[in-house]
Amino acid sequence: MNASSTVITVGTGTCGVAAGADKVLAEIRRQVAARGLDRVAVRETGCVGMCYSEVLVEVADGQHKTLYGHITPDRIGRLLEQHVQQGKPVEEWRILTDDRDGPEAAFLKRQKRIVLRNCGHIDPLSLDDYLARDGYKAIQKVVKEMTPEQVIDLVQASGLRGRGGAGFPTGTKWRFARQSPGTEKYVVCNADEGDPGAFMDRSVCEGDPHSVIEGMMICGYAIGATHGYIYCRAEYPKAIVHLRRAIDELKARQMLGTNLFGSSFSFDLKIKEGAGAFVCGEETALIASIEGKRGMPRLRPPYPAVRGLWGKPTNINNVETLATIPWIILNGAAALASLGTEKSKGTKVFAMAGKVKRSGLVEVPMGITINQIIFDVCGGIIGDRAFKAVQMGGPSGGCIPASLGDTLIDYEQINQTGAIMGSGGMVVMDDTTCMVEMARFFLEFTQNESCGKCTSCRIGTLRMLEILERIVEGQGKPDDIPALLELGEHIKATALCGLGQTAPNPVLTTLKYFREEYEAHIHQKRCPAHSCPKLVEYVIRADKCVGCTVCARECPTRAISGKVKMKHVIDSQKCVKCGKCLTVCRFDAVAKE
Amino acid sequence: MQPPNHDRPGARPSPSALALDLWQNGQEPGQLIPLLQKTQEQYGYIPEHAIRTISSITRVPESEIYGVITFYKQFRLKPLGRYLIRLCDGTACHVNDARTLMNLIKEELQLDADDTTADGLFTLTPVACLGCCSLAPVIMINDETFGRLTPPKVRQILKEFRQRAATEDAATRGGTSA
Repeated sequence: MNASSTVITVGTGTCGVAAGADKVLAEIRRQVAARGLDRVAVRETGCVGMCYSEVLVEVADGQHKTLYGHITPDRIGRLLEQHVQQGKPVEEWRILTDDRDGPEAAFLKRQKRIVLRNCGHIDPLSLDDYLARDGYKAIQKVVKEMTPEQVIDLVQASGLRGRGGAGFPTGTKWRFARQSPGTEKYVVCNADEGDPGAFMDRSVCEGDPHSVIEGMMICGYAIGATHGYIYCRAEYPKAIVHLRRAIDELKARQMLGTNLFGSSFSFDLKIKEGAGAFVCGEETALIASIEGKRGMPRLRPPYPAVRGLWGKPTNINNVETLATIPWIILNGAAALASLGTEKSKGTKVFAMAGKVKRSGLVEVPMGITINQIIFDVCGGIIGDRAFKAVQMGGPSGGCIPASLGDTLIDYEQINQTGAIMGSGGMVVMDDTTCMVEMARFFLEFTQNESCGKCTSCRIGTLRMLEILERIVEGQGKPDDIPALLELGEHIKATALCGLGQTAPNPVLTTLKYFREEYEAHIHQKRCPAHSCPKLVEYVIRADKCVGCTVCARECPTRAISGKVKMKHVIDSQKCVKCGKCLTVCRFDAVAKE
Repeated sequence: MQPPNHDRPGARPSPSALALDLWQNGQEPGQLIPLLQKTQEQYGYIPEHAIRTISSITRVPESEIYGVITFYKQFRLKPLGRYLIRLCDGTACHVNDARTLMNLIKEELQLDADDTTADGLFTLTPVACLGCCSLAPVIMINDETFGRLTPPKVRQILKEFRQRAATEDAATRGGTSA
């Protein structure tokens, strides 16, 4: 580092900033200066994955690295005084020491960090930080010591499969692109992460942009491409800034451009900002979008490896896949292949969200079970409620019920459940989540995002959505379930691209595992999770109502009776279930039953 | 989806500025989307005259440009309100009842999703995921994020923004009109 005796690092990834990291950082800088602490350095880093404890501040005092969670600007004074000036860590805010001891140690214990190796450890805006952690050693090794075929053989031997969701072997994909005739080829990094509830790629691009770029360079060398594009969502402004800065810094040091690292290898890179279309995660749609057109998919074959961007052979990989590549080159194929199951090697990053205690980013070895991730790594369900299901693979994936919680993280095993590995979104649901509503939510998403090119996706998903909307509103009909099944199977079989083919999955899997919930909605007009607004009873909890009369005044049908400072009551006969009382109550006294 | 540039309310790039930009970035095909993104950054939306200008420079038909604009969620053909409310409807926010917040904001502001209030103050737009899942449910107003929301908190926030607008207007009154 430098002459500083203490280094204070603030996590300023998007999740950290949302929790107020910028204000914490400014306050630390202000107070460090005000207290004259000239041997203290203040730095920033990306997401370490503990989103549930943001804002995170690490104090490295030369002996130990102490990580503090839930730091707010008003805690800085005590933190600096007690830890930095007096040398006594503040025990009640400490969550981890030296990455292994402390109340949150369990979160990291089962993780194996390959993709996230640098996230939360380096300043993502510093090329020197990346270089200090073996950065760009892999590409140098590749251009100096290996032939392109040897690189491809190594990637193939590692067993790495595409982390975007489908799990196609990366080495095989590269070989196709290498074998395609032509001198002009492209490498494209797909950073158009669109699944709601997934933020793995964002964290990597934000927290460790160079690892993605190095992966792209190695790919370029292997397939014979000299140009690359990073297609990144415009909704990820920070990731774009960090990637741009990384490219600028590389160019300034002649590490991007012609004749790199003392060899004849040349590689240049551009960033394309996606303009907000989920379907652009599909590779042919992504190519159309880079070309400046409407991002509509086309039939394959020809595959992009043969005819891709500008009609030239193109290899498209996901962020996580590319970030793994430098690690494989430096550690060997066997190191990755030693992790995981027979057919799924290495690690997988998951974005944990929903009703789980530790929401955030985890990287686990393949072959771990779903239960181990949810309970051992993420601490179980909020409020210790019952674990009901997990949605994997976002809108293209499916729901896996708690009864299959021992399913291994393995492409084939997860496919057997009807879900898919997907890009890594894992949304955990408890007994208060309605599965019919969940299916409706995902279908509404894909329906909205359908590009409209093929009929089965454009119209089919709309018909399914209409049925689901009816069911959650209590207007379901007995033949709705067979209709959903039939439509779903047809769409799967006939849609043009992956978006349409997988769109029915959330409905089909919830029908497979939670059919009784659909039936309760349809036949008994009842929502077993007490979630669907039209199918619940609104009640006022006598223990919480203070008799402020707000709900009675706001109720459009005057269904609420009660006098000032007296408990109020809802007349279920008059109630139209608009939910207004729930939103106006300041005492949390209105409940759904 | 950038909030409009309110520091320079009158700022409008001339067609020649766009042409210059195109000349600088236009060495390869596929510049239409970046060009539209730049236009929107400047105006806050894509005005009709910009479509005509871009078409005359790029020779891409206006109809095709319109097709691209309407395909991508990022582009808008109407000006934004002063405060852009982005309501997260990502999965985590959804399971934490973002729907209730949506209905609440719609009712409070008397507007629909992707619409702007009559006074030009607020634009409401649902977005897929703001990536603050651990703070769900979340809204963003311009570049400020508000997490762990409840209906009373949302009402309070809207009230504060209305007051903020009134204070700002009072301060600028008598000066140049925006």
